[in-house]
Amino acid sequence: MEPGNGGSAATTTAATAAPAALTKKDFVSNQDIRWCPGCGDYAILSSAQNVFPKLGIPRENFVVISGIGCSSRFPYYVNTYGFHSIHGRAPTFATGLKLARPDLSIWIVTGDGDGLSIGGNHLVHIMRRNVDCTILLFNNRIYGLTKGQTSPTSEFNKKTKSTPLGSIDYPINPISLALASEATFIARTLDTDPKHMARIFQQAAEHKGTSFVEIYQNCIIFNDGAFEPISDKTTRADNALFLDHGRPLVYGKDSHQAIRLNGWQPEVLTFDGTPPANVAVHDETAVDPSWAYLLSRMDPQAGFPVPLGVFRRVTRDTYENLMTRQIEESRKKSGPGSASELQALLTGEDTWTVPA
Amino acid sequence: MSAKERRIEDIDHIVIRFAGDSGDGMQLTGTQFTDTSAILGNDISTLPDFPAEIRAPAGSLAGVSGYQVNFSNFDIRTPGDAPNVLVVMNPAALKTNVGDLEPGGILISNSDAFVADNLRQAGYTQNPLEDGTLRNFRLYKVPITKLVDNALKENPLSFRQKERCKNFFALGLVYWMFNRPMESTLKWIQDKFKKNPDVLDANTRALNAGFYYGETTEAFETRYQVRKAMIAPGTYRKITGNEALALGLMCAAERAGKHLFMAGYPITPASDILHELSKHRRFGVKTFQAEDEISAIGAAIGAAFGGAMAVTASSGPGIALKTEAMGLAIMLELPLVICNIQRGGPSTGLPTKTEQADLLQAMFGRNSESPLAVIAPATPGECFTMAFEAFRIAVKYMTPVMVLSDGYLANGAEPWAIPKIESLPVIPVHHPTSKTDGAFLPYQRDPGTLARPWAVPGTAGFEHRIGGIEKADVTGNVSYDPDNHEHMVRTRKAKIDGIANDIPHADIFGSPEGDLLVVGWGSTYGAIVSAVEKARAEGLDVSALHLRYLNPFPKNLGDALKRFRRVLVPEMNLGQLRMLLRAEFLVDAIGLNKVKGQPFKIAEIGRKIHDLNPKQMPSARRAAAVA
Repeated sequence: MEPGNGGSAATTTAATAAPAALTKKDFVSNQDIRWCPGCGDYAILSSAQNVFPKLGIPRENFVVISGIGCSSRFPYYVNTYGFHSIHGRAPTFATGLKLARPDLSIWIVTGDGDGLSIGGNHLVHIMRRNVDCTILLFNNRIYGLTKGQTSPTSEFNKKTKSTPLGSIDYPINPISLALASEATFIARTLDTDPKHMARIFQQAAEHKGTSFVEIYQNCIIFNDGAFEPISDKTTRADNALFLDHGRPLVYGKDSHQAIRLNGWQPEVLTFDGTPPANVAVHDETAVDPSWAYLLSRMDPQAGFPVPLGVFRRVTRDTYENLMTRQIEESRKKSGPGSASELQALLTGEDTWTVPA
Repeated sequence: MSAKERRIEDIDHIVIRFAGDSGDGMQLTGTQFTDTSAILGNDISTLPDFPAEIRAPAGSLAGVSGYQVNFSNFDIRTPGDAPNVLVVMNPAALKTNVGDLEPGGILISNSDAFVADNLRQAGYTQNPLEDGTLRNFRLYKVPITKLVDNALKENPLSFRQKERCKNFFALGLVYWMFNRPMESTLKWIQDKFKKNPDVLDANTRALNAGFYYGETTEAFETRYQVRKAMIAPGTYRKITGNEALALGLMCAAERAGKHLFMAGYPITPASDILHELSKHRRFGVKTFQAEDEISAIGAAIGAAFGGAMAVTASSGPGIALKTEAMGLAIMLELPLVICNIQRGGPSTGLPTKTEQADLLQAMFGRNSESPLAVIAPATPGECFTMAFEAFRIAVKYMTPVMVLSDGYLANGAEPWAIPKIESLPVIPVHHPTSKTDGAFLPYQRDPGTLARPWAVPGTAGFEHRIGGIEKADVTGNVSYDPDNHEHMVRTRKAKIDGIANDIPHADIFGSPEGDLLVVGWGSTYGAIVSAVEKARAEGLDVSALHLRYLNPFPKNLGDALKRFRRVLVPEMNLGQLRMLLRAEFLVDAIGLNKVKGQPFKIAEIGRKIHDLNPKQMPSARRAAAVA
């Protein structure tokens, strides 16, 4: 089969090669990494390179697509097919590629500026369409590559190079946006917890449809310590709420705090011993997005922990499958699209002949 | 004199314009008349002209929609300078169109629509049908609304619904007047309204009533007949530019052994390409209506990376939005076809009107040195050929190619000799799958074409990274090296320039040398060649050269220009090709520039030719021209 005539899952190479035991090393490219020393991006890259070989996908079927920004250098460092595109537009290239080649495993790497500012429109639309791909949004709440301007996730009143008197932009909440965009898999993780990252990446990759993963990522130069209370291992337990499907929302160093619902209002409660029966239980598969939305709005400023993990995981047909199905169904209905049928289409219904 | 005895006069061509409110169905009426004439074997050329508003206020000047068709028994190239017959459905249509009607021309009006309110809206203080101002025309006042209502007495539709059939009455009358069969339209009505028998019945009756009205009333003394055109033998169909473009893209994919991927965003007058292609899923055509113009070209580039035959289509403002991504495609060196169906601009401009003012944008409208191939069809049917050609160049040279069509070509129709798919050239595609040794080098070029290899994801051993940052030659690694950058800039330019070795020389219509050469590009072809043909018939030393390839130019262009004392460049812009010719060839070209949202008339170009007072053809050349 010619690539580009894609439709079925296997390519020639994938079909013949036994799923070779790939290792992390297979996904390390020969390019020098040019992120600042101490940047959170290193840990994210490493986690992705750890997860890729475990997915049972041949290396040549991975494509990493990015926009512009520090995070978007990512494809150069992964020894797969890679595409460093233009600012904010990675989802568009990914959509076209996935439609043309449903057999590929597509990863989008973006940031808070790339994905939520200049590319906000595309991010919304790839999620509502449910194109099968995994979006890693590195959120460091700052423009790093352009040296420190306010971003769509920067706090209100933040003083930056472009906002010396404080930002008057109100920040956007990436998880809430993903929910409003009808994403079918939505999760959050952080750069200082490689195990959690790897678990989330794996789940995201295994999900059929658009998987949106917000990664809290520290910019050591322009916004150091942005996620301090949860990125620091010593304070994390008291400030982060790890979401587990079917488990009560319990957190705290000694697991003595929990979330319960008072109507539609979440409340923090403190307890001794076993958690009380009225503690809320996480359901990531809830079809109604309200529950996940409620979780996404829990504000640390108001004394709530920051939820990490999978907010939502639901099933919906993927965009490329729907298109493939339309092709199959119209072939069943109107013919297989042969050259003679194309000739008939060219000829049309009303013709006349001028004799020689 | 009884109806049957009326004489039928043979004429060689007729230009009819139907004009009415945008809700009156004038585009449909014109299309039906055109289809029937085409099937009869006439040559045809059409000019639909409609407002951007879908339903402007009824009766208003802004809401007038027109459809002009020229049909003939010889080879024609334009929809005609001035209508011989004008059908107007209301005062506003009369007001906006009567100025174009030839003196002594036939004017058919729906007299029922000439009532106080409509007259006021059109700015008439008295009824022009009655005040003698139209005495220079052969005026027929036909109470169409009343006649339709009478004909549909038995039909249960409401008066409002019946009134909507009046365009078919007008069509029936014109069919009678030009001795046309009605089968094709009757069949169309049957297919279209088979689920709505009352509407089917009403339109059929209205059509017939119009025909019989012509036959029974004494008002019309003469009928006319335009016989089959003597055009090249073959099997023909009627085709518009946008239809031809869509089919050309599909056939290119077919001849490349691939499927087509088309991404677009709704925009006039390009949307019909998306509409047409979206009907053809069974041919593996994947169409994607993107969230915006940027996404559309992004998706096309993504699909091209994956190995698809990828295309995006838009018009002026949409093309402007795509420019950054075009620069990326130039950097990535992936095959991509970009169709620009030009319209009046700048900004939103005149969405439904034609213009060819995006040539310099196509050439230079991107940041930095960013050459791509630019080609332009000259007729609606040629949109097929040039769409096919665009893919041939894109794939062979691994480059974006822009096709410059325009609103006039897109919506205009002409007879089209249907090609046999197997006679179209094969478009060879090569995706490397096995390496000789060492690492894959994504920017190692073919020494002949300078194209890089099209290695696609899913191919083991060819993993590589591409992107918008400057590449090191050969390896494709990120490179900020000054010498490498200059080398790559020059190489990308050389690759596009090299396409000149692979395209046909420009043909000259007329003589290879002489006093005046009229140079054009795109949709002005018909008017230019017709004007030059006329001038030559008058013995003037004038020839024409029409460019289908704008970047690079055909190799013989500079030489051809030098063989003429003067060069005239008619364009629907302020002189964009002229600027390029002056810059490239130091030729003091003269411009003829029209930016009215309307195509050139033959006479406008003819007038300019005469103004330049060209020499008479030397007798030897004249003899050759006649021969």
